[in-house]
This record gives sequence, structure tokens and C-alpha cells, in this order.
Amino acid sequence: MTVATLQEAPPKRLELESAVVRFAGDSGDGMQLTGGQFTQATALAGNDLATFPDFPAEIRAPVGTTFGVSAFQINFGARDIRTSGDAFDCLVAMNPAALKVELKGLRPGGLLIIDTGSFNDRNLKKAGYDSNPLDDNALAAYQVVTIDISALTMEAVKDSGLSKKDALRCKNMWTLGYVYWLFGRDRTPTVEGLRAKFAKKPEIAEANIAALNAGHALGETSEVDFPGYHVPQAEIQPGLYRTVTGAEALAYGLAVGASLAEIPMFFGSYPITPASNLLHNLSRMKQFGVTTFQAEDEIAAACSAIGASYAGQLGVTSSSGPGVALKTEAIGLAIGVELPLIIVNVQRAGPSTGMPTKTEQSDLYQSVYGRNADSPVVVLAARSPGDCFEVAIEACRIATQFMTPVYLLSDGYIGNASEPWLIPDVDTYEHFPVKFHTETEGFHPFLRNPETLARAWAKPGTPGLEHRIGGIEKDYNSGHISYTPENHQKMTETRHQKIANVAKTIPDQDVEVGETSGKLAVVGWGSTFGPVSRAVQNLRDEGLDVSHIHIRHIWPLPSNLGELLSGYEKVLVPEMNTGQLLTVLRAEYLIPAKGLNKVAGQPFKIAEVEAAIRDELES
Amino acid sequence: MNAVTQKEKLTAKDFATDQEVRWCPGCGDYAILKAMQKAMADMGQSTEDNVFVSGIGCAARFPYYMATYGFHTIHGRAPAFATGIKLANPDLNVWVVGGDGDMLSIGANHLMHVLRRNVDLQVLLFNNEIYGLTKGQYSPTSREGTKSPSTPLGSVDRPIDACTYALGAGATFIARGIDSQQKHLPGIFQAASEHKGASFVEVLQNCIVYNDGVFNEFTDRDVAADRQVHVEAGKPLIYGADGNKGIRLNLKTLSLEEVVVGENGVTEADLLVHDPSNHTLAGMLAAMNGRDLPVALGVLYCSREDTYEAAVHDQINAAKSSAKITNFNDLLRTGHTWVAGG
Repeated sequence: MTVATLQEAPPKRLELESAVVRFAGDSGDGMQLTGGQFTQATALAGNDLATFPDFPAEIRAPVGTTFGVSAFQINFGARDIRTSGDAFDCLVAMNPAALKVELKGLRPGGLLIIDTGSFNDRNLKKAGYDSNPLDDNALAAYQVVTIDISALTMEAVKDSGLSKKDALRCKNMWTLGYVYWLFGRDRTPTVEGLRAKFAKKPEIAEANIAALNAGHALGETSEVDFPGYHVPQAEIQPGLYRTVTGAEALAYGLAVGASLAEIPMFFGSYPITPASNLLHNLSRMKQFGVTTFQAEDEIAAACSAIGASYAGQLGVTSSSGPGVALKTEAIGLAIGVELPLIIVNVQRAGPSTGMPTKTEQSDLYQSVYGRNADSPVVVLAARSPGDCFEVAIEACRIATQFMTPVYLLSDGYIGNASEPWLIPDVDTYEHFPVKFHTETEGFHPFLRNPETLARAWAKPGTPGLEHRIGGIEKDYNSGHISYTPENHQKMTETRHQKIANVAKTIPDQDVEVGETSGKLAVVGWGSTFGPVSRAVQNLRDEGLDVSHIHIRHIWPLPSNLGELLSGYEKVLVPEMNTGQLLTVLRAEYLIPAKGLNKVAGQPFKIAEVEAAIRDELES
Repeated sequence: MNAVTQKEKLTAKDFATDQEVRWCPGCGDYAILKAMQKAMADMGQSTEDNVFVSGIGCAARFPYYMATYGFHTIHGRAPAFATGIKLANPDLNVWVVGGDGDMLSIGANHLMHVLRRNVDLQVLLFNNEIYGLTKGQYSPTSREGTKSPSTPLGSVDRPIDACTYALGAGATFIARGIDSQQKHLPGIFQAASEHKGASFVEVLQNCIVYNDGVFNEFTDRDVAADRQVHVEAGKPLIYGADGNKGIRLNLKTLSLEEVVVGENGVTEADLLVHDPSNHTLAGMLAAMNGRDLPVALGVLYCSREDTYEAAVHDQINAAKSSAKITNFNDLLRTGHTWVAGG
């Protein structure tokens, strides 16, 4: 544990309430690493923050091209930070391609840091520039800091004994050092981190540290037009924090959830962007009794998880939309045989392969409706990286208590982004132990709990409870195969009612920000939480009558939601799809809700949501 | 195990459910079911520790008729379900049942992977060279020219040989039997069950409705003895109505040939002796199809290898015993943490 020691910022620095910084360079420039280090230093400095890693789909796109640009964005501030930020206050462009791709996101008057060492004819041409933007008026709207970072890095590490190529790889650390100076960050944790990371290659560690220090020193000593910035500490809930990505929090939440259910967890998965990180995280948690199985395909991943559930473990499978599509038949079986199963869907832009590294929320229909026949399931959605932990535990509770598959929707943005996380105390969570059926008297596999309608879970290996289950319709009273018309009607209705009963065990829908009635409710779900809540808060600060409702339980919906929504004159539903929750709300409650829809592979900007709210209030 | 008292040995009948068996009258599956129930009793198995997992198809109804645990799943995917079951509880004796359509068409991928991983379970493939449940279309094992509702002019697909496929996929146990051979079938099932690792058993099964008599050229009573060789470890490959036919390796062509002991100077010493651990021999035996050479029946291949679920659990146990962080609160507090506010 590291306790932050905060230094008083020099008074000459300009004070900012919050700032958005975007590091952009070639895929090989180490921008994600740079951003990660800056995030850590920023967290230690006491700011609240949110990040957005934005990288290309190609493993290694050709060097210097616009489609090879990898970026890392961070929004940090003295206030509660809910998004990775709209326009950037500072853009670091490591090459012409990065400038070409990212400049449009920089606010007018924003700070632009450019490595002139990479602005040669070849790179300019690759980026599609006819003339050097540094030489014409193209950058007049910004504060431009041009530094030959490449050359200064070479100079800083010249005694390291590294090859030219390896030496040049340190330029991201040089840049980081400079940005550290810009925002008054402490280099110590980064230096320690580099020494630990390259413990076996000390010459590389020292070269990186030399570059980091050189970048910092340039900031301190150069007579530039601005003195650097100071972003004061945020008022955040006291406690022990760490940063967490959605994938990490999901892995922790699932494992903790299974432990609260007091059964082992089995995870069957198949690699797919952006869901693979969950597999990577869980495969490092074997000491907690987590079995991970990298299956031969998506279907086997789901089937193996269902097999494990049948045998008495908590089966979990994960994928992204196209992979979940393949799992669908197996999920239908899990619905029919009424076994617990958690299906994590880290949504991405589609259809089909779509844009694998870009985010979207367009698998809501797939989750709520996307199976053959009447096959109801539970659908939950996480709103932020840290929230994944809580939602995963909730998924484990519902899956085991109701003997049902549960979809857990995350998305590419939540999965990869990180945020400071107030570390929970696992010991304070309530257990919900599974009680396997052992009573042989009067047993059949579709005996139901009269309250929940969940069926009895009898583990193979239990004497006297031998039974056969399958996808073919079962008789309500005996569990044997049945084709009787009345029985199918009854079983279908029972499966439907069982899922409806879940709503009795979930909290009433609350209002995130604002009043429980009024002119306009903005209803969100999933990762739009940040921009929607910030936009609503901003406009409420202006005195507008608007409230924010954010839905975690997508299906079944909270029992009071219909009544709650009816208390508003208008309902606006921002989604990163063409109106999927919107359809559900209109269908369920017959309300004239409107959609605000963005399908660009990028999260909403606060300004976009604000504009839509104003339009809606004025219309 | 859960047993606390010495249980009485179960009989074949104890493995039958009260469910009415609904295969077509005369279906080979009845005989296979009977053989399985006998094998269970012969082995002294319990009903609670056995699980039958199936996909879709006529054969896939098998679990409903075994008084054990059973899971009738989805088309072709039974091996994947079985893998999850076995990983979750290695103490269970897991059987996978499916037909040639189920396991060699839609499920061939899963079959391959369950075999190459060597999950300790028994895969029983009932091969009747036809799709029964969907009413008679040709299957991946149907011979070229098979006329069916979907191939009225005869199929042009080249068929796959199940045992050769299994061997290629890395199966560590391969056996072949015939539905009607009650004398041999229970023993084959028992050998498969006793094998540690993925056991693959092909049962040649007659579909009386859509492909009746497809195996007659080596199962008809008047030709069976001359067209079948029952292989046994350490015994020469000898067969025939007169007990004088044998299989010899032709060293010039590196192929098997049928010879008659006592003719052309051939003696029993010239015949190949079955060695189930011989992978090359297993491949040659698997390829014999009852036409040029007799069909080989019994345990064609058996090799002892580490099982998948044991390796997985070894890793989990090693992680448990060597991990520095063993509770969740410590896990959540690893890496960089900081105290804010307060």
C-alpha cells in the first residue's frame, strides 16, 4: 500500500477544476503504458479520474499510419469525475498520424504537445499531409509546444548502452516526464514501478528513468509561456482506493459471488475482443477454486459451463455479441432445464464483426429477446468499471437462487476503462448459500420452490435422486418428457413467472439525480452513466427540471419503474444503439419516450447529452 | 462417495428406468441399451455416480432409459457438456452418447477436442450411416452414392471413418462393436469405462427404417465369421468360419493382407499379433471396412496418458498450495492502493 504524499503546488501554476489529457501515438509507441502510469500518478495525487484506452483493431498496423494510432485519454479533476471527458485540454501527438486523427478532439486554445522529431516527410506523407502542419497556419487555434522528443530522448539515454532502437523506445517515458511536470505529478511511484518491471534488465529501467527525468527537467527549466497546471484534490469518499478496469472488477465480482453462493465457479470461454480480458483475469485466480476452461469455440464454452452447473458448480461463460449469438442455443437449453448460468457480454460495435475494439450497447435486444421460443432470462447491466463488481455478485445471486441464466452486460468501454475504486470489504457481503436438494422422498427434478418457482438442484452423485433432464418439454408434475398441450402452456407460463418473480427481490428503481417526478427524466443503462449523470447535473445546476434514472436490472425491470416514469412529462433515453431500451420501455409502459442514439463506436460526450436534454425541454 | 453402507450389487434391470423406450421396433439401439445395462451390472457400478450425456438424434434418447443421472443436450455438443461435468466433478463416470450425424457432422469439432484433451469419459458413437431422427438423409459416414431424401441421385460426399477420425484426433482408447453382438458389447463398454482418458467406442448399429442391412456384408450370419476379426491383445489376428484366416503385414506394400493359414506356406507365426498400444497397427485396423479385409472389432487401440481433468485439478491444487494471496480482501488490495479523504 502506498499512501500518497501530496506536495503543495507552486503558486504560479494555473489552477484547473478538471482536465482531459489524451496521449496519442503509433501502436508501438507505448501510449497505453504511458496513460496507465499517468493514471496511477494522478490517482495518487488525489484527483478523481476516468480513463478511456482507444486502440486500433490491428495487432500492429503499419508504423506511422492513421489506422495505427493508439490513444489513451484521461479525465481527472478536483470534482467527481464521471466520464473520460469531452474535448481534450491537452493532446500529446507523438507523430503526424496521431495529430491527423486526434486534433479535431482538442478544444480551441488547448495545449498541443508535438514530437517534432517524428514530423519528417515520410511520416507526414503516411499520415496524408500535403504540407507540414507545423509550418502552416493549421495549428493557430491552439497553444503548441514543439519539442524534438526523439532527439532529446536519445540524448538523455546516450550513456545507457542501449541500441538506437531500444533507446528511442524510451521516448514515451520522456513524454510522460514532461506531462508529469505539466500537472505537478510525483515521479517516484513510476520510477519504482520501472525498477520493479525491469528488475532483470536494469539498463532498460535506468534508461527509461533517465528519459522520464529528462522530460520532467525540460518542463522545469524551459522558459515557456505557461507555468503548468494544478488540479486540486477531489472530495472523494474516504477510504482505501485502487484503480480497477471493468474486466478486473468483473473477475473479482464473479469469484466473490460464487463464494457467497458457497459453490465453486467454472468459467468456460473462448477468446474474443473485448471480452478476453475476463478470461485472462480469471485464469490467474485458480487459488480461489476458479476453474477456467478455454474451449474450442463459443458453443463449447457455453455448453461446458452449463455442464459444470449441472454437476453443481456455478457455470459462467463470457463473450462479445457475435460469440453470444453462437451460444444462444445452449442458453436456450439452460433456460429449459433451469440451471444457473451467467453469460457475460462485453458489447462491441456490430453487426457481425463490426468494430471489435469500439464500444456499443446494441446487444440489449439479443439479451432480452434473442432466442427461439418463449425463453425468458434475467438481464443486468453494469454502469462503470467498479460497478461490474456489484453487478457480478448480483448475477451470481439471481442465477443460483432462481436457477436461471443471467446475462450480464458490460461493454468495450467499461471493460477496458479504469477508474478509482473504493475497495469493498468482502466480509460485509451477505451470503446466499446454495442448498442442493438431497431429500429423496417425492423427488423429481422440476419440484419448485413455491415462492421463487426455482426448481430443485440435485447434483449428480447424490444417491436416490438420479434423474434425466433435457431440452424436451418436461411434465410439470413428474419432470418426465411431456408433449401434452396443457402442460406446455403451464410450463411456459411457469418459466415466465419465475423470471418475473426476480423483480420481487431487486431494489425499487431510484432516481440517480433529481426529483421523482417533473418535466423530463433521462433514462440510461450501462456505460452511458457517466455522460448522462454529468449532463443532468450540469443542467440542474442551471436550474432546469431534469432528472436522471439509471437502470441496472434490464429484465425483469424494477417493479416501480412504470409508475416512476409516468410521473414525468417526458422521457429521454440516450443509448449507444438505435433505441433498444427505448423499445422495451415503450412496450412495457406505453409511454411516449424518445431516444437519443449514438452509434459511432465512441461514448457519448456530455455536451451531446446536454444538447438533447435542452432540445427536449424546449420542444 | 456418498455410500455409507455396503450396497447390494445392482443387476442390469436396476439400470433401466420406468420410461417406455420409444425407438422403432427392431432398432439396434435396444440391443446397445441392453448391453450397457449389463455392462453396468458386470462392473458393479452405482446408478448415482454415472452420468449419460447426449446430443440430438435417435441415439441421444439413450439417457432417458438409463436409471442414472442423464442430460439430453443440444445437437453435437454433448462432448462439451461432458467436459464441464467431468471438470466440475471428476468422481463421476461420464458417458457421451450420440449418432454419426450428431458427432461427426455438427459435433465433429467437439468430438475432436474432447479426444485430444483426453478427458476421462466414454464417447459412444452409434453409427448407422444415416440420419434417423430427421427421416433418412445421408450422414457423414454414408457411402458415396447413398440415395436419400436429400440425395435422390445419390450422395457425392466422401464418407468419414469414425475410428480413423478418432485416432487422428488423438484418442487414447478406440474400440468398435456391433449392436447385435451381446457377447462382446458389454465387455467393450467395460474396457472403455476402465480406461483412464477419453475412450472412443464406435458401435455399428442397424437402422431398420432408413438404412436396413447397411452392414449386412459383414454381419449376415453366413458371412460374419469370414468378414469380422475380433482383436484381442497378444493374440494373432485370426478369424474365419474354419478359424484359418489371418491378417499379415505385406512388407513390400506396407499394407495388411488376408491370408489363409496352411496355404502357400503361411503359418500362424506369419500373422500379426494384436498390440493395442501400437498406434500404426490401430490405424490399419480401423481402416479395414469388411469389404477387402474383414472389419476389426474389439479394442483397437489403448494407450495410457495423463487425463485432462487431472491436469486441470493439479494446477488448481498447486495454485491453492503455493498462492501467497488466498483471501479476497487481500486480493482486492494487491497492486497500487492509496488512501483518500478522511
